[in-house]
Amino acid sequence: MSNPYAKLPGWAEYGLIPVVNLVVAFLVAGLVVLLVGENPLKAAYHMINGAFGRGEYIGFTLYYATTFIFTGLSVAVAFHAGLFNIGSEGQAYIGGIGVALACLWLDKTMPWFVVFPVAIIGSAAFGALWAFLPGWLQAKRGSHIVITTIMFNFIASSIMVYLLTRVMKPLGSMATQTRTFESGGQLPKLDWLLSIFGLNVGNAPFNVSFLLALLAAFGVWVLIWRTKFGYEMRTMGHSPSAARYAGIGEARITVIVMMISGGLAGLMALNPIMGEQFRMQLDFVQGAGFVGIAVALMGRSHPAGIIPAAILFGMLYQGGAEIAFEMPSISRDMIVIIQGLVILFAGALENMFRPAIGNAFARIGRSAVAAQTRGA
Amino acid sequence: MNDIAIELRGIDKSFGLVHANKNINLTVRKGTIHGIIGENGAGKSTLMSILYGFYQADSGDIVVDGNKVTIKDPNAAIASGIGMVHQHFMLVENFTVLENVMLGAEDSQILNTSISKARVELKRLEREYALEVNPDALIEELPVGLQQRVEILKALYRKADILILDEPTGVLTPPEADHLFRILGQLKEQGKTIIFITHKLREIMAITDEVSVMRRGEMVATRHTKETSVEELAELMVGRRVLLRVDKGAANPGAVKLSVENLTVRDSRGVTMVDNVAFTLRAGEIVGIAGVAGNGQSELLEAISGIRRAVSGSVLLNGEPVDVTGYADPGGLRNRGLAHVPEDRHHVGLVLAFEEAENGILGYHHDKRYLNGVFLDTKAIEADAEEKIKKYDIRPPNPRLKTANFSGGNQQKIVLAREMERGPDVLIIGQPTRGVDVGAIEFIHKRIIEMRDQGKAVLLVSVELDEIRALSDRIIVMFAGRVVGERGPDATEGELGLLMAGVEGRKEAAE
Repeated sequence: MSNPYAKLPGWAEYGLIPVVNLVVAFLVAGLVVLLVGENPLKAAYHMINGAFGRGEYIGFTLYYATTFIFTGLSVAVAFHAGLFNIGSEGQAYIGGIGVALACLWLDKTMPWFVVFPVAIIGSAAFGALWAFLPGWLQAKRGSHIVITTIMFNFIASSIMVYLLTRVMKPLGSMATQTRTFESGGQLPKLDWLLSIFGLNVGNAPFNVSFLLALLAAFGVWVLIWRTKFGYEMRTMGHSPSAARYAGIGEARITVIVMMISGGLAGLMALNPIMGEQFRMQLDFVQGAGFVGIAVALMGRSHPAGIIPAAILFGMLYQGGAEIAFEMPSISRDMIVIIQGLVILFAGALENMFRPAIGNAFARIGRSAVAAQTRGA
Repeated sequence: MNDIAIELRGIDKSFGLVHANKNINLTVRKGTIHGIIGENGAGKSTLMSILYGFYQADSGDIVVDGNKVTIKDPNAAIASGIGMVHQHFMLVENFTVLENVMLGAEDSQILNTSISKARVELKRLEREYALEVNPDALIEELPVGLQQRVEILKALYRKADILILDEPTGVLTPPEADHLFRILGQLKEQGKTIIFITHKLREIMAITDEVSVMRRGEMVATRHTKETSVEELAELMVGRRVLLRVDKGAANPGAVKLSVENLTVRDSRGVTMVDNVAFTLRAGEIVGIAGVAGNGQSELLEAISGIRRAVSGSVLLNGEPVDVTGYADPGGLRNRGLAHVPEDRHHVGLVLAFEEAENGILGYHHDKRYLNGVFLDTKAIEADAEEKIKKYDIRPPNPRLKTANFSGGNQQKIVLAREMERGPDVLIIGQPTRGVDVGAIEFIHKRIIEMRDQGKAVLLVSVELDEIRALSDRIIVMFAGRVVGERGPDATEGELGLLMAGVEGRKEAAE
């Protein structure tokens, strides 16, 4: 009786239900578009075309997706240990310091493939440091991680304003950003990857950090499902009392998991800083940490779900920008509403259609059994 | 005159793919006590939830007093004269008895008028059914038996003619249960109809007039209690013959494996749950700890197994001291030969969201044989699980299946297999057969005896007195956190029951 929903076959659980949720989200979004007096079909066309219509558009979509894969993984790792890390935003922001330092130090003397590993270590280390403190406070002092990570987002923001207005800004410049990196601090584009499919990346900043994101996704999968540490953190995530029974130290897991989560968030900074702008700007994260929460929710905290979810959100970002450009009465904020609807139906209302779908399966199952008995 | 109180015709209910009730027909005659018995998951609770309006049947009719009724929620059930006493009481702890009884049945917007009316009515009910209870006592200050009486009064206050009792004796001491049976007898004499749900065969035999047996969602038989036997009912419940008694030879106690002295444990609120407890446990014996749930047994187990910190006291495991007050180290204790089957397998002993094989290494996941460096050796883990599945007859035999999808008995076997196959020196078992079907109980009891015969020291805690008496070589009785007596395996139920109720204990302490 503890589980009133029947078990569904895997393809329905992981395929059908998310698709149904998504379709409903888009239907409701279509109503919103209708409400402001625009044609939803036209909006849908611009959305899809704007995200996938040309090689360049695909490049932009995947560029955004790269960012969301990192933050989605960050949220997902913590989630598996039962920790709700709302601080990926701040951790990614602070992670930027690591990237910027590596580039400012080495970009004039070293090629990108030397700077890149240093920047990876730097961004992960700074992100991990920023997550260590809330993790430690939770483990030792019982300060709730949701509260502390939110507060640390604000602290991160203030620190970055300070750094980018006083410390890391070149003298005489009025822009709140570091100097532009030389070629050593610029990641190569993945034009060859798209040209395999006969596409031209154009101006899109689609770069090698996408490959790093895929690698990180695989690494996270290995960590969670194939290592002893992953086993321990999943035990704690599902049942803290079972973890205590098994002799798994809650404090140790909390701190380490938060550092891994923060490190993954920190890696996100590579994509905009080294891949697009070639400098660290104020507010370069632009809410990607929060989108990561939605991506993790939608991807069910599994890397194989996070990648498509990140691409979906990349599409919403890129295609949404295109809609706003083509249809002036639909503003950027409307796109946020559509994103919100996706989060609402795919995340928060995830179980809304489950009973109906479960019952439908039960009916089919029963009539199939009946047909078999008749046949026999 | 119509003498049928309730008739269920063709009740059918599914939850998704789970067919919980299949075409159930049931006739309950007026003024009788009708038992419904079946294993966990047989569909008893679903059926009663349909009758009380928590669920709607997919098809079928409910006929009360000759009238077909639709029961769409509990209010409709109450209006039809059906009352329910839940297994877990639905009482507001910091309200008085009177306030609880009238809650939701106030007949005026002005509370004072309601209260005085309710008080008069409550007094009348108490007199009529001999259900004395102080109407101004706070619920939280009442013992469990009296709280249950308040639940019954609540139903009667709502003019229930038909009372459903869901596993009412689970939380009661034997004397309290006897008292409940007397009350039920009295209610029957006054013309009330009682539906009594339980999985304890003995209770069915003791008080019911008729008994219906459910198995796997179906109503398999209805018998007059006088014309049936415990053996027949057990067979109907399980679908095959079962051995109800445990065969075991004499114990052969060896060296002291576990000794506990002056152990005191407080819970998170600072209430002393284990009060200065001492006992020893030898190799090759089973020591049973009897007591009504909530008298400190759970905390005692947790303290010994390292999950909960004790305030004071000392524990020796294999003659070596265990740090019971300082650093909690259940993993270290495991390495020193202490295995623990926790009372709550759903939240402690297992991670229900894990695959069966993953639960097979819980607590032993540091063991080199399951690891390749820092990586899990999934092949070894699965092979290990398959071996245990075979040996403990765990069904379905699929190590990749989510643990939540196993039945209670099979989940318990997963825990037992994990803890027993290590060959520990000391095995601590809490509620080995709670929520476990009759067929699996037999298997689990045999395994526990086998452990003893292999020279392991077994500490057993159970609220099922029958189980304690069947398995233990020595019986320790706990009441209010203290050990109030020790008896041999031949102690009578009455003797233990009095100790469990704290009656004998107080006398002994006074002497």
